[in-house]
Amino acid sequence: MTTTRLAEDSPPESPEELQAHFDATIAHDQRIEPRDWMPEGYRKTLVRQIAQHAHSEIIGMQPEGEWITRAPSLRRKAILFAKVQDEAGHGLYLYSAAETLGVDRAELTDRLIEGRQKYSSIFNYPTLSFADVGVIGWFVDGAAICNQVPLCRSSYGPYARAMVRICKEESFHQRQGYELLMTMMRGTDEQRAMVQDAVNRWWWPSLMMFGPPDDASPNSAQSMAWKIKRHSNDELRQRFVDMTVPQAEKLGVTLPDPELKWNPERGRHDFGTPDWDELMRVIKGNGPCNAQRMERRRSAHEEGAWVREAATAHAAKRARKEPAA
Amino acid sequence: MSEDHVYMTLAEGHEDDSRWAYGTGFEDPLHGVDTTVPDTVDAGELAALCVALGDDALVSAQRLAEWITRAPELEEEVALANIGLDLLGQARLLYSRAGQVDGTGRDEDAYAYFRDAADFRNVRLAELPRGDFAFCVVRLLVLSSWRLAQFERLLGHPDPVLAAVAAKGAKELTYHRQYAAEWAVRLGDGTEESHSRMRKALDKVAPYLGELFTACDVRDEVVAVLRQVTEEAGLPMPAYRPSSGSGRAGEHTEHLAPLLAELQGVARATPGATW
Repeated sequence: MTTTRLAEDSPPESPEELQAHFDATIAHDQRIEPRDWMPEGYRKTLVRQIAQHAHSEIIGMQPEGEWITRAPSLRRKAILFAKVQDEAGHGLYLYSAAETLGVDRAELTDRLIEGRQKYSSIFNYPTLSFADVGVIGWFVDGAAICNQVPLCRSSYGPYARAMVRICKEESFHQRQGYELLMTMMRGTDEQRAMVQDAVNRWWWPSLMMFGPPDDASPNSAQSMAWKIKRHSNDELRQRFVDMTVPQAEKLGVTLPDPELKWNPERGRHDFGTPDWDELMRVIKGNGPCNAQRMERRRSAHEEGAWVREAATAHAAKRARKEPAA
Repeated sequence: MSEDHVYMTLAEGHEDDSRWAYGTGFEDPLHGVDTTVPDTVDAGELAALCVALGDDALVSAQRLAEWITRAPELEEEVALANIGLDLLGQARLLYSRAGQVDGTGRDEDAYAYFRDAADFRNVRLAELPRGDFAFCVVRLLVLSSWRLAQFERLLGHPDPVLAAVAAKGAKELTYHRQYAAEWAVRLGDGTEESHSRMRKALDKVAPYLGELFTACDVRDEVVAVLRQVTEEAGLPMPAYRPSSGSGRAGEHTEHLAPLLAELQGVARATPGATW
């Protein structure tokens, strides 16, 4: 709900008045809706963030999707199949939220495929064993929840509402991932070793999911002021570490950071510094799987072109027939 | 929603609840169904029927899973995953029933992961490689029509479990057939390219139709569906001829063994593991 919507018969407002309404809406923690006036910078920032989030859902189907055909039990196969399907669904809601800002899905897909828009760096790492499916659920969905739960209060209405539903499903996925790891840890020595190996490989990339440190995050301050974003990268990263440490203990795995320890003075955990050069390399396209992820997305899009063209042509023929009928 | 609640409670209180993450829904289609095999039913025949229908579903679900991240549009990712999940769910129920009645006490995974290609009883159409989207649509149209016609007959089966599985499955298959039929019409009518791809897909499916009707003679129902859809789509009816091989007899194409190698590889590589 918002108080800034223009009444049908109100006279046009001046740019200053529109800006003042917008600022007041943000200041009062109310939602901006698609029909409301908004500054161009706010719109662009949202398009960038929502599109990047949608692309991440779609590219994020790949590392886990690789394991649907290989899942070692039918129950795990069904869980994973459903999870990857949910990710496609999340991509759909998010592209729809972006469309309320005047861009369309096809255009955003082109920007992804041409490398003009990014997706989360985490999906550029390979999934080497079935334990990775569990660790992705635990860490990656967990980090996504830390990032996204505050976005349920984001100032842009359609984005905030999409996040409510997405967060519910993400928390389900996270529990499924953790439950897989619990089961594996109760299994054979080989399975326990698979889990520890996956934890070792995914821990640092997961910490990098929160983005660069606050002093090196160029867009953060404005997004916080607009209440598109609610907490800083470093604050979210700290929360993630604090929540994950006891879960790792319960599971019986070691997080691969010798500097990780409880700091009683701060009442939080101290932890080591992620390799920010690695994050920059991956973001710039030089991670282990960037080329492979983009190639898959591009080829699916290109191979599907004839299908989309046929659907459009059929709809047009139908539309021409109907008025005559 | 409390901000951190979902994450904070992750490690608490549900580790004994091993069934909570079961598929996509919590509704048990067999709730309240008597699992005793009726005296009038031959247990061996019932088990064989459950395995054959389970194999058709599992192998089809595996081919549909191959579409994930490769579909022409996001809506199709969601729909094909949904259909794959339905079929996987049917396979699980059917294998479980087979294990109850064949005297071996095997669970669903024993059937899926620890039988070789020659022991699978799926029809060969299900195991053919993924192909293009036109082939996906034509195969789905044929197999869902054929399976739906069978399930409609099984609604009256004396085994109450199989009848309950058929009742649940028939609703799902009605949707699968609808989805395939809509796409068949779009692609048959759409562009020259899509029309030509659909013709090729129908040609590719044709040699495997006879086998379906040998396995279960619901030819009239399936032909009626195909006639209606191809007419609407402006496509020719596929010619069918008597089968020259039968997946139901364990005779498979060269495509089944690699499909199973992928499906079974991890499970077989880790003996004694629990998942």
